[in-house]
Amino acid sequence: MYWDSKIETMEREELERLQYRLLKTLVYRLYSFSAFYHRRMEEAKVHPDDVKTLSDVTKLPFMFKRDLRDNYPDKLFMATQEDLVRYHVSSGTTGKPTVVGYTANDLEEWTVSLARALTSCGLGTKDVIQVSYGYGLFTGGLGLHYGAERIGATVIPTSVGGTERQIELMQDLGATAICCTPSYLLHMGEAAEKMGVSIKKDTKLKVGILGAEPWTAEMRTRIQDWLGIKAYDIYGTSELSGPLFTECTEQNGIHIWGDFAYTEIVDPKTGEHVGDGEKGELTMTILKKEALPIVRYRIGDITGMEHEVCACGRTHPRITRITGRVDDMLIIRGINVFPSQIEHTLMGIPEVGQHFQIVVDRKHELDALLVRVEVKPEAFSDKITDLMKIKEMVAHRLGAALTVNVDVELAEPGSLPRFEGKAKRVIDRRKM
Amino acid sequence: MEHERYFIKQISVFSENRPGRLAAIAKAMEEDGINIFAFSIAEADGFGVVRALVNHPDKAYRKLTGLGFVVSFTDVIGVKMRDEPGGLYEVARILGEAGINIEYSYAYSGKEAAVLILRVDNIRSAIEKILAHGGSLMEAAAFR
Repeated sequence: MYWDSKIETMEREELERLQYRLLKTLVYRLYSFSAFYHRRMEEAKVHPDDVKTLSDVTKLPFMFKRDLRDNYPDKLFMATQEDLVRYHVSSGTTGKPTVVGYTANDLEEWTVSLARALTSCGLGTKDVIQVSYGYGLFTGGLGLHYGAERIGATVIPTSVGGTERQIELMQDLGATAICCTPSYLLHMGEAAEKMGVSIKKDTKLKVGILGAEPWTAEMRTRIQDWLGIKAYDIYGTSELSGPLFTECTEQNGIHIWGDFAYTEIVDPKTGEHVGDGEKGELTMTILKKEALPIVRYRIGDITGMEHEVCACGRTHPRITRITGRVDDMLIIRGINVFPSQIEHTLMGIPEVGQHFQIVVDRKHELDALLVRVEVKPEAFSDKITDLMKIKEMVAHRLGAALTVNVDVELAEPGSLPRFEGKAKRVIDRRKM
Repeated sequence: MEHERYFIKQISVFSENRPGRLAAIAKAMEEDGINIFAFSIAEADGFGVVRALVNHPDKAYRKLTGLGFVVSFTDVIGVKMRDEPGGLYEVARILGEAGINIEYSYAYSGKEAAVLILRVDNIRSAIEKILAHGGSLMEAAAFR
């Protein structure tokens, strides 16, 4: 099922011609009307006439998060207030918030992108979609709301929180799909069990559209098996407009609509392109954005790209699961550590639960990494030696995966913090 | 021989090693009118296991798991000792000579005798050896 089969299955060459035309138009527009980007291009000694092919995109200068912050709130906007129909403000988990403005066309493009994405997850008019992303300044709630309405589904705009009520409504209104963070869905699953409700047996839920935080393939398996649903990864950030792209039913990478965005994966240090399938920093150019131009924007998410045509028939390139953030990276005794590596390792250890907390400290001038995990009730032994063995085994497995020494602390089930929005699992106590 | 009549159901509770955890367990027992005969705390790095003999183990299990604690049952034996010098030696010698290993142990001084609670690697053989040497064991019926 396609939302727009002509575009979604367009021959690669034709798609690239379309991307080139859109890029060329964008560059002329920016050079003529954006003081910021005009100056950037002057500094980089590049003129719109220098963009003669799609690969000439590499001549253009990068944009960074700091460019948005430095131009707070609206100095980068290319639309006047009369043309703006909405603002969103980013959650600011990595610093000062940034403001994104939208024209009516920007909202339309965003909605269409999600209509294609949700259709690719097998959703349509017969579905009841519970939107449990936050509504408001955060883009998740409203973005999916309009995307879901566009495909003719029935929306339950629950937003986040009030978990027991969410579970009641899921049952009573027969929700078939839910959109939320993976950690919130796990939290809901646990809360439902406490209420005596099995999401697998007592609800009609069959699809989860999950994202807004990094998660792993193991977490997907666990969610799918436990809750009896298909879990699809969704991607987007407020700067790009909001959540925009998802996996299709093949669950093999997130389709990035090429007529919407031009994607590059670059080495975070050098800015050079990495090869197909290799990991690097996701960099995007949004080809048709009106209010806030996004050109070669270094998003900071670590992923890889796949150009092969998908088994679903869609020709647009795919990005692989986000495995971390350039700026989430912890440096422990000089070694790069991503929280996602810790999650990945813990998922393979049945004796511990899926929740964890990372505490980084400095002891005797050395970085110390402590990972707190919850013991699964099934793994509990009355004998201290058995528990010490679990603790040592977890420490050993983490140490091997991260190539740094890890201390492990066993915690009581349910005692580590749960997150309803973005998970904040790292406590860094180091004083530099 | 009916060994099971001497299998005492001990409850073991996983606990993080931080202030207030024992109080939380004890409060739960108090609320449900459960009496604790004996208990011990085994501590390791950052966590511990609270082991206890109570008058209603099943009720205690339900109460504690309901509060989110991780609880398990373990079969232990309670050996009555003479409450005078040499009492512990008598029991320990029987087990040692029989090659039975004590995994952990704790004791309480009851109304009629001092009682040594033992988790051993071979519970059936321990029961046989102690009874064969004229020792006496607590019956499980006292703890349910």
